[in-house]
Amino acid sequence: MLKRAVLLGAYVLFVLLPIYWLVNMSLQTNREILGALTLWPENLTFANYIKIFTSSSWYMGYVNSIIYVLMNMAISMSVALPAAYAFSRYQFIGDKHLFFWLLTNMMAPPAVFLLPYFQLYYTIGLFDTHIAVALAHCLFNIPLAVWILEGFMSSVPKEIDETAFIDGYSFPRFFLRVFMPLIRSGIGVTLFFLFMFSWVELLLARTLTSTQAQPIASVMTRTSTASGIDWGTLAAAGVLTIVPGIVVVFFVRRHIAKGFALGRT
Amino acid sequence: MNKVRNNSAWWLVLPMLALVTFSAIVPLMTVVNYSVQDVLDPHTRYFVGVEWFVDTLNNPGLQAALARQFAFSLTILAIEVPLGIGVALLMPKRGWQASLVLILVTLPLLIPWNVVGSIWQIFTRGDIGLMGWSLRQLGYPYNITSSSIDAWATIILMDVWHWTSLIALLCYSGLQAIPEAYYQAARIDRASRWAVFRYIQLPKLTNVLVIGVLLRFMHSFMIYAEPFVLTGGGPGSSTTFLSQSLAIMATAQFDVGPSAAFSLIYFLIILLVCWVFYTAIMNLQKDRRGEGPDA
Repeated sequence: MLKRAVLLGAYVLFVLLPIYWLVNMSLQTNREILGALTLWPENLTFANYIKIFTSSSWYMGYVNSIIYVLMNMAISMSVALPAAYAFSRYQFIGDKHLFFWLLTNMMAPPAVFLLPYFQLYYTIGLFDTHIAVALAHCLFNIPLAVWILEGFMSSVPKEIDETAFIDGYSFPRFFLRVFMPLIRSGIGVTLFFLFMFSWVELLLARTLTSTQAQPIASVMTRTSTASGIDWGTLAAAGVLTIVPGIVVVFFVRRHIAKGFALGRT
Repeated sequence: MNKVRNNSAWWLVLPMLALVTFSAIVPLMTVVNYSVQDVLDPHTRYFVGVEWFVDTLNNPGLQAALARQFAFSLTILAIEVPLGIGVALLMPKRGWQASLVLILVTLPLLIPWNVVGSIWQIFTRGDIGLMGWSLRQLGYPYNITSSSIDAWATIILMDVWHWTSLIALLCYSGLQAIPEAYYQAARIDRASRWAVFRYIQLPKLTNVLVIGVLLRFMHSFMIYAEPFVLTGGGPGSSTTFLSQSLAIMATAQFDVGPSAAFSLIYFLIILLVCWVFYTAIMNLQKDRRGEGPDA
């Protein structure tokens, strides 16, 4: 038992050490960072954080990222729910091919779509808007959502649908009142994954925006200036990008153990 | 589950299909279109057939990037899968410790990929980074900007740090689904720890491991932001992987035709590997089910 705890502790330490170092850097001044190596901040300072929270070009990066992530979650969820229901309940012409083709979209490297996306969104006038990034992230998030939800929906017995229809429920009412509460944990896990993959993506988000909808990831590149890299601010900005993730994982922590297997255990 | 045959289910799929058409098919067709043309300027273009594909396949730089990509993907899979299973077996099953460990282990997955690069850049620098500084204090001349071995080792370590959690969480949820009665039966039979793992736990993990390996292979094959921030693809081009080569070609050099051909080949390789892996696993399971008494 003790051996297990030590081994697990070693892994958790391995996970936390680089993050601790980032937090450590973010609480130091650049002079302390570049001076002698210190294992903890000796002159504790919040100047780096204050700089980010008082400059709109900095904090708008976070706001922009959160806006397009939320938009993407809403769009992906609203089209994936009915589609996943169709895949889990009905047989229709081409269903297997369609499902497989959908999954192949998850395998498409974002770098492949860089140029066509840029041209497409530029032509229809969506370049540098939040909705452009949200739509672009649908490329991998819709297939993912359909895939996860289909797994959860298939574990709900079909008799429930049939009973509800006999009881006189219309399809929309059945779906919202009966079915969605049943797959609550599945929806929670799906939202978690949608958040995760949209929040961490950089390549498409950076290419499709310039100033109005710039994500935090590309704002962070401004820390390297002619006089060197502003390590303190870079570290503080990095720490702040982890915070939304912690909030989200805290909300779904009860479902995560079951849900990570995407309803397929 | 026996499904009802009903073609009007297409109506439920339709909104999803419309959106995916917009975000996947239209751009993909653009790529196909470019890949067979030589675009000199917006008004002058020539049909060149498969010339760009032949060029791409014969380009030594891209061949090297492809070889590096495979070496990288296979290495991280070989480390992350066993390590992930190990971590999952160690994680507490219930109580507040379980929640705490879950949250801590999930952390790396939720960090934006370029920030992962920055974290490791800060962590491994020889002057200000804990790891780089420690290694130098121990007498090893650690330097990721000049030694390609150091750069490789660091990128692999970074990926293990970043993604082992995904395998661990998938396996953890697979383990949670095993009924306690199985373990009791094993105790009565005095099964060894290894036998419990081999005959009770591992079979239950097959499904989640297939998902995990597929996801990890796909994502490692598309890796872009982390090495881009950490090493910039260097020293030389020793850590330049496929996505970065493509991004340079498409945005910096603006070679539309060749990069489109490259894109399609890239996409097809991922599809092919995933398909072969998936089919192989499914056949393997079918064979086993055919032989086994507990089909």
